[in-house]
Amino acid sequence: MFNHLVKSLRGIGHRVIDRIWRLGCAARFFFYTLVLSGESLRRFGLTIREMYFTGVLSLIIILVSALFVGMVLGLQGYNTLQKYGSSEAIGVLVALSLVRELGPVVTALLFAGRAGTAITAEIGLMRATEQLSAMEMMAVNPIARVVAPRFWAGVISMPLLAALFSMMGVFGGYLVAVPLLGIDEGAFWSQMQANVDFREDIVNGVIKSFVFGIACTIIALFEGYDAPPTAEGVSRATTRTVVNSSLAVLGLDFVLTSFMISV
Amino acid sequence: MDRTTLDLWVGIFVAAGVAALIGLAMKVGNLTSNPIGETYTVTAAFENIGGLKSRAPVKSAGVVVGRVDNIQFDNETFEALVTLKIDKHYNFPKDTFANIYTSGLLGEQYVGLDAGGDEVGLKNGDKIAHTQDAVVLEKMISQFLYNKASEGSEKKETETAQ
Repeated sequence: MFNHLVKSLRGIGHRVIDRIWRLGCAARFFFYTLVLSGESLRRFGLTIREMYFTGVLSLIIILVSALFVGMVLGLQGYNTLQKYGSSEAIGVLVALSLVRELGPVVTALLFAGRAGTAITAEIGLMRATEQLSAMEMMAVNPIARVVAPRFWAGVISMPLLAALFSMMGVFGGYLVAVPLLGIDEGAFWSQMQANVDFREDIVNGVIKSFVFGIACTIIALFEGYDAPPTAEGVSRATTRTVVNSSLAVLGLDFVLTSFMISV
Repeated sequence: MDRTTLDLWVGIFVAAGVAALIGLAMKVGNLTSNPIGETYTVTAAFENIGGLKSRAPVKSAGVVVGRVDNIQFDNETFEALVTLKIDKHYNFPKDTFANIYTSGLLGEQYVGLDAGGDEVGLKNGDKIAHTQDAVVLEKMISQFLYNKASEGSEKKETETAQ
């Protein structure tokens, strides 16, 4: 009985220490990436190459989902606003929900699924096939050569993707509201412009997507770098990337929003 | 994929992203709609400001001419001291009237300026002397009920007199 209790307590302690230890590893990894990112910024071609894989190839999924999210927002919002006779406010509803929340958050979730998994799998396989060790043998630091360019590519791409998402979503909302539901075009845009503030809404959205970019990319990179060098290890690391990135994005979103709304 | 096409695609991506940001600021946001540049500050004291908030618009004849900068409570006169920032391009006479209006039935509250006829203009740091408070719905209703009640009792009195 007593032995059993000690054993289960030890199990809990082991798990907690393991998590904290891993968090510390991730923090050190993040720190090294920042310190060693000089080369990726000097040889910017490396970063541009990675931006093609993380940013440009994510464009299709981002734009298509943004269009549909905007259109659904338009339809659903119209249904409710119409009851209160203020269906012209549909522009405000679509623009504010996209710029403040959905733009940064949905982009980050899609980014984690589309680009984050690719990064994890790629680096995990590099580790498994000992390409990273080969680089070390040639006195090339793999963090400076492989990790840092991908990090900066993700951090630069995310705000751009989020801005494109918001713009495309507003366009989707416009498509549903004005030609389909027959809301006055002038009222749609003017109400939107009167109620969306540049500093409070748009800049805050960009700040959010910037933070999400850092979080998603560093999680994907760390999971790949830290993955056990087996097929199973890489597959698990890829799953963890999606789960951890999504949780981090949603948690950070709450924290950031609570700071931004405090006024 | 060779280097030039890669650069081209990334260039298109970045340009589109930046264009989307500028588009959001211009078309969706309010960056273009109220380009308030240089301002001067005037204050106005109200007995009740209702739901007025800082950054609320200051309008004259329906046109936005400035913003509410700051709202404070004056502990000596027990009034609300509202600081208004007005665009330098607009000059108002010294006897301008400041009112607190509500846009629409449930809309936000704003400060409306009705120009007076004085030759001297408002300067930076001046205080607007004539103000009218926000209409508080509860006060209006209670006043209305009070008037109705007093009308009713008058009627009864005349009936009993007859």
